Amino acid sequence: MSDAQAQIPVTVLTGYLGSGKTTLLNRILSEDHGKRYAVIVNEFGEIGIDNDLIVESDEEIYEMNNGCICCTVRGDLIRTVETLMRRPGRFDAILVETTGLADPAPVAQTFFMDDDVRAKTRLDAVVALVDAKHLPLRLKDSREAADQIAFADVVVLNKTDLVSEDELRQVEASIRRINPSARIHRTERSAVNLTDVLDRGAFDLKRALDNDPHFLDNDHDHEHSHDHDDHDHHHDHAHSSHIEESGVKSIALRGGDMDPKKFFPWIEKTTQIDGANILRLKGIIAIKDDPERYVVQGVHMILEGDHQRAWKDGEKRESRLVFIGRELDEERLRRTFEACQA
Amino acid sequence: MPTVAPLDLTAHCIAASFISDIPHFALADGTVHRLDHGHKHLDAHEGGLLCAVANETRDRLLTGGEDGKVLSLGTNGTAQTLAEIGRKWVSAIAAGPRNAVAFATGRTAHVRLPDGTVKSFDHPRTVEGLAFAPKGMRIAVARYNGATLHFPATAGKPAELEWAGAHIGITFSPDGNFLVTAMQENALHGWKLADGKHMRMAGYPAKVKSLSWGPKGKWLASSGAPAAIVWPFQTKDGPMGKAPLELGTRGDTMATTVAFHPTEEILAIGYGDGMVMAVRVADAKEVLLRRPGKGAITSMDWDREGRRIAFGSEAGECGVIDIAG
Repeated sequence: MSDAQAQIPVTVLTGYLGSGKTTLLNRILSEDHGKRYAVIVNEFGEIGIDNDLIVESDEEIYEMNNGCICCTVRGDLIRTVETLMRRPGRFDAILVETTGLADPAPVAQTFFMDDDVRAKTRLDAVVALVDAKHLPLRLKDSREAADQIAFADVVVLNKTDLVSEDELRQVEASIRRINPSARIHRTERSAVNLTDVLDRGAFDLKRALDNDPHFLDNDHDHEHSHDHDDHDHHHDHAHSSHIEESGVKSIALRGGDMDPKKFFPWIEKTTQIDGANILRLKGIIAIKDDPERYVVQGVHMILEGDHQRAWKDGEKRESRLVFIGRELDEERLRRTFEACQA
Repeated sequence: MPTVAPLDLTAHCIAASFISDIPHFALADGTVHRLDHGHKHLDAHEGGLLCAVANETRDRLLTGGEDGKVLSLGTNGTAQTLAEIGRKWVSAIAAGPRNAVAFATGRTAHVRLPDGTVKSFDHPRTVEGLAFAPKGMRIAVARYNGATLHFPATAGKPAELEWAGAHIGITFSPDGNFLVTAMQENALHGWKLADGKHMRMAGYPAKVKSLSWGPKGKWLASSGAPAAIVWPFQTKDGPMGKAPLELGTRGDTMATTVAFHPTEEILAIGYGDGMVMAVRVADAKEVLLRRPGKGAITSMDWDREGRRIAFGSEAGECGVIDIAG
């Protein structure tokens, strides 16, 4: 409960078996980057490094008894993180490895919903490793592969040497369609720069946007140019085949200044009603008569918002909001969002 | 005036406990310190210490660690290894009659019976907490969606008590009539064991991490709120339909540890800022025992006479409070 202690950053690493997670973990544990990591793994298994700070933890989903069906946390992580945090001097950051079949939502929600965990740690970023060759198949045969991409702040597109440039572009386009705001890094043998995956501050609303000045700028039209001829904004049309494959889609909304009396009740109600289907949401909102940008993010029904910084001279005051999820009613979201404009 | 004899250590205190009336402090870094004609310490668990409790006769400290060991420590600095489970963490421990010990590793509860044999009970979910019943050889396991009762000395079937949600701590009332669990969702749950009747004790702003029964089991004190929440257990139906007492209310921090005096209806309350107070149940009169320090109080224990309190904090500040001074 003491506030004196700084919050320890936590990186969540997701990805299917064979996507290169173990290789990346071994690099993080062995490379000289000046930080000590405590690593929570599902199985000691492949990690060939003997280290006191590698902790095994069996995935255990706890439903919160509060009537909210998507409010799930990882009981094992609560225990393990609390135990680790009793000895904070031993490490600088925590890395959580999940299995390929793990649902990333309870992992992320643990860091928002458990007060003790939240007091001592902060979620830094969700990193998804993706095997460039096998992703198309994974997206067809599993729900988890799309969920992991939907949740990711950083996607490491690995094993790029096993596919052609053309296939690579298609895989990248698939990732973009699920999650337009994730950073994508192409790598071979998990050789991503560690600075691109660690200490990202992706859940720190202010920092995430400072790091990414083009946040939410990349509307779908650019990505579509790889595999579609039309460069216009017929999103619904362009998406349809893909939605059938993974069930996950993103909906990007744009508007002008928002009326705070309408917008805040709307977003709260929306996350209550559609929370079970919303995997992630992120947005920058222009509030009428407010000189500062307001930023929001969410995981299922959990919603956070804060002022970020003043709108700059010459910067277009605009509200942008992205929902990533399943079975979202795009027409209704768009219509009700636009109705919140001042 | 109460006086405080501080013992400033450097790791999170898991348990402060009087063992043969000598104050012991078990720390998360694996060391166990004692104040016995000077400060002495023992490196008990390699890697770290996860749980510790006094045995029933309060002359040995039982500890579990990241090294997969369960130890029984004497006051002369010796350690006896009661069990070695390998690379598994020993995450919870409880002391029972005639030196029986229960401990948890992952989803398994182990019981070391008085004759030294160890029995193991596997569960579908993690064993979050353990408690011995006050009478008979019976243990209760806190788990996801309820509690399980085992009779380790016999081959009897376990009894399951169901209540949705994650149960993370557990205690029997001193008369053995009630079983109470602390839950992930900031509440206590109870069962009247005779008829399985449920008791819901909700409304806490934080998780309940500390529970303490008053003399003769008339009260159950709990942490998890800006005051100590004290439930009345004087009648056969427990606290149902009755409001709890709120003792030692603070505006700026939370009660993190509670410990009832062994014979008087006086409650010691440790807070998130390191303060310790004693509060009398009858008139809620408060006495400051320790000023705020660097971290939350994590453990407290009264000596047998009820004159001294051993305490420890998450910042490693430990010590002994002498009530009479």
